[in-house]
Amino acid sequence: MDINDLRGFSTVFLLVTFIGMCFWAYNSKRKKSFDEAANLPFADEELNRRTMQEEDRND
Amino acid sequence: MSELNSALEHPTYNYKVVRQFAIMTVVWGIVGMLVGVIIAAQLAWPQLNPGLEWLHFGRLRPLHTNAVIFAFGGCALFATSYYIVQRTTQARLISDKLAAFTFWGWQAVIVSAAITLPLGLTSSKEYAELEWPIDILITIVWVSYAVVFFGTLVKRKVKHIYVANWFLGSFIIAVAILHLLNSAAIPVSAFKSYSVYAGTVDAMVQWWYGHNAVGFFLTAGFLGMMYYFVPKQAERPVYSYRLSIVHFWALVAVYIWAGPHHLHYTALPDWAQSLGMVMSLILLAPSWGGMINGMMTLSGAWHKLRTDPILRFLVVSLSFYGMSTFEGPMMSIKTVNALSHYTDWTIGHVHSGALGWVAMISIGSLYHLFPILFGRERMYSTDLINVHFWMSTIGTVLYIAALWVNGIMQGLMWRAYNQDGTLTYNFVESVAASYPGYVVRVLGGTIFFAGMLVMAYNVYMTARKDVEAQPAPAAASAA
Repeated sequence: MDINDLRGFSTVFLLVTFIGMCFWAYNSKRKKSFDEAANLPFADEELNRRTMQEEDRND
Repeated sequence: MSELNSALEHPTYNYKVVRQFAIMTVVWGIVGMLVGVIIAAQLAWPQLNPGLEWLHFGRLRPLHTNAVIFAFGGCALFATSYYIVQRTTQARLISDKLAAFTFWGWQAVIVSAAITLPLGLTSSKEYAELEWPIDILITIVWVSYAVVFFGTLVKRKVKHIYVANWFLGSFIIAVAILHLLNSAAIPVSAFKSYSVYAGTVDAMVQWWYGHNAVGFFLTAGFLGMMYYFVPKQAERPVYSYRLSIVHFWALVAVYIWAGPHHLHYTALPDWAQSLGMVMSLILLAPSWGGMINGMMTLSGAWHKLRTDPILRFLVVSLSFYGMSTFEGPMMSIKTVNALSHYTDWTIGHVHSGALGWVAMISIGSLYHLFPILFGRERMYSTDLINVHFWMSTIGTVLYIAALWVNGIMQGLMWRAYNQDGTLTYNFVESVAASYPGYVVRVLGGTIFFAGMLVMAYNVYMTARKDVEAQPAPAAASAA
């Protein structure tokens, strides 16, 4: 067991982590929750309008 | 009291600090790019150096890089990150005062840079030239920035942390670490300090910093911008949220190792050079993953490109991003680097990223932002946005094409040998041969710079209360 084993293990560890992450991200269980997240940029128009109105008043 | 209640029940966003940073982005963009045009002209026509030490190329060059990266790019990142984090968490910034402090603190950093660099006060570390008192101010401002950004994330009103915030958060954390480690120095007087690192270690720390300034400041931060403004302008969610997660983790895990490719064939150990090269090649995958994700967000909405020059800015910036993230890994291959290193090719590559990607995604995002920040339907003139778009694109293409030609020519001239082993060309012959390329670079840079003036006019007219926006182009209003 020398330093080169450690280097080999770390490479394998990173590969497994990466593949694990891909499975996690592409698991169909999470599709609904990700769709929700992806739509966040479109979910706050009300707040934006209110801010713009208030700024208009303060001018 | 009733006002307080209404603020609690009906929160609003802090658009003031976003507006301040957005306006200063345009101002510093003009200043930084003007300095760029001046030094490009000095390279083409050395007699433009009037013999004043403050205007010497060696002092103006760091002024240009600091102004465009940290003043123009930095203000763009502050503006958009404060905007995105509020709008995707549906929460107001955690502290208006601290946010205001980051604005004035960052402007103070920029002004100190603009004074000290022409005076020749420099730590001589590339992209980190500012001396230690300014470094301390940067640290204070940056920690405040992190408190405002992450504090706002903590008090978010929604369950998810939208992917743009992951990129912006990683950019804030990584830049803090990079700045602290790279700028570690021992002060010997108010304006002079010496790095704690020496020799090869100093060089490695410098390029670990330097490349990750590209990776996190100029890439991760602007990808955060991309993940919000491209879906918003295209009016559809990002192509694949799953891909964006893989994109994020792969990008941040790999970028941090790519720095050694700046030190090929130097005293840096061979294994470190090879590591930097391999990691740079792997980087192509997450980079293109992100580019494809941004581009494909337009699937089904490609027709919008015909009428919407803002979307054109965003999409063409992604094309330049794809191009320069292909070019970068190729240049990190040691045998290619043997030709390209120390030539103008490197500067061309940087500007295909800086003008094509960073500046154009910022400009597109700002054109989306300004009408909202000024309470308008749209920018004063859509036609002028289109004019700006073509000036930016043509300017960038002229710039990078000129330096590709120059770079490859210089690399070939420097390595040419005669049969008896002597060099075919001396150095100054390669400088003389570069003259046409330098002139074309000045031309391209000037066109890009002039585009920023068009933008400033358009922004000014949008801000004016007494001016109505020009009617939208017929095709757009019909749609």
